[in-house]
Amino acid sequence: MSQTQTRLQVFLLGARDTFPLIVGAIPFGIIFGALAVSNGIHPLTTAGLSLFVFAGSAQFIAVNLVAQYTAVPLIILTTFMVNLRHALYGASIAPHTKHLPQRWLIPLAFWLTDETYAVVVSKWTNAQQTLPHLEWYHLGSSLAMYGNWQLVTWIGILAGSQFQNAEQWGLDFAMAATFLGIVVPAVINRPMLVCAVVAGVVGILANGLPNNSGLMVGAFAGILAGYLVETYLTPSQEQRA
Amino acid sequence: MNDVIMIFGMFVVTFGVRYGSLAITQRMPLSPAVMRALRYVPVAVLTALTIPFIAYRENGLDLSLQNPYWGAGIVTIVCSALTKNLILTIIVGMGAFFLWRMVLGS
Repeated sequence: MSQTQTRLQVFLLGARDTFPLIVGAIPFGIIFGALAVSNGIHPLTTAGLSLFVFAGSAQFIAVNLVAQYTAVPLIILTTFMVNLRHALYGASIAPHTKHLPQRWLIPLAFWLTDETYAVVVSKWTNAQQTLPHLEWYHLGSSLAMYGNWQLVTWIGILAGSQFQNAEQWGLDFAMAATFLGIVVPAVINRPMLVCAVVAGVVGILANGLPNNSGLMVGAFAGILAGYLVETYLTPSQEQRA
Repeated sequence: MNDVIMIFGMFVVTFGVRYGSLAITQRMPLSPAVMRALRYVPVAVLTALTIPFIAYRENGLDLSLQNPYWGAGIVTIVCSALTKNLILTIIVGMGAFFLWRMVLGS
């Protein structure tokens, strides 16, 4: 095995390469912590979400749904749905991590966020790259993201306990603005646009369904619409845009 | 207790998807059709969550400019489409929201 770079050096390189994404996550962790406690969620529950779930958008959605008195099973189902995108990440790395034992796969899977995936995927899938001990690189990226997320969640919790009524401060709109700011740039082609429009319209029409389940109806309608448009109505060069 | 169940359930499904895709697809790769459908999940879920949230207020569906959530939501969408900058979009969206409420005096 090549020892040109030690495990520690590779680990630190993974953390360093993740730095810009860590900076980007700072405001969201703070907003998450602040929103959660100002919506009446216990500080320990808020911290527990960051500690055990570690999935930013799912955590935001949970706060939103708790604030709307949504039943816990539906919150868990929604979390599952919104995290399904991670199946893409795992599936794209899987062929390159076959050699790793479970004691590596389990923690790397637990810490597999959008940000870490964005940093490590090119290393795992690029046959030309020469970095040894890639699992340590992946671990460095993961732990840097994770440590930062815990820290900024707590900063948000402390800040948010100053504002007890989120709605009065308009903080609930901050969450909507965050989601819109994530969705709009992701609409890169016609199938994605159809997906968003159908999800929004069906979401509005299905809003009266019990337990906020209109959310699921709207989401499934959007996925189906986008998929069908891509499959049957789109010239093939647009599919991979 | 409800909080513990929520955190545990969210942990199970989140870790389940991450670990399941990493470990199981080493033996059973996902079909291309599933991979394609999965790409629509984030946009579909976030839109189905956010649009009804800004469209429905206390009095029901309100797609008028009297609804600051809806009005500022449109400003946010336009800003995001023009700049593709998330932080800037949030700041502009929040600014629009506060201005909207001030003008409406609510």
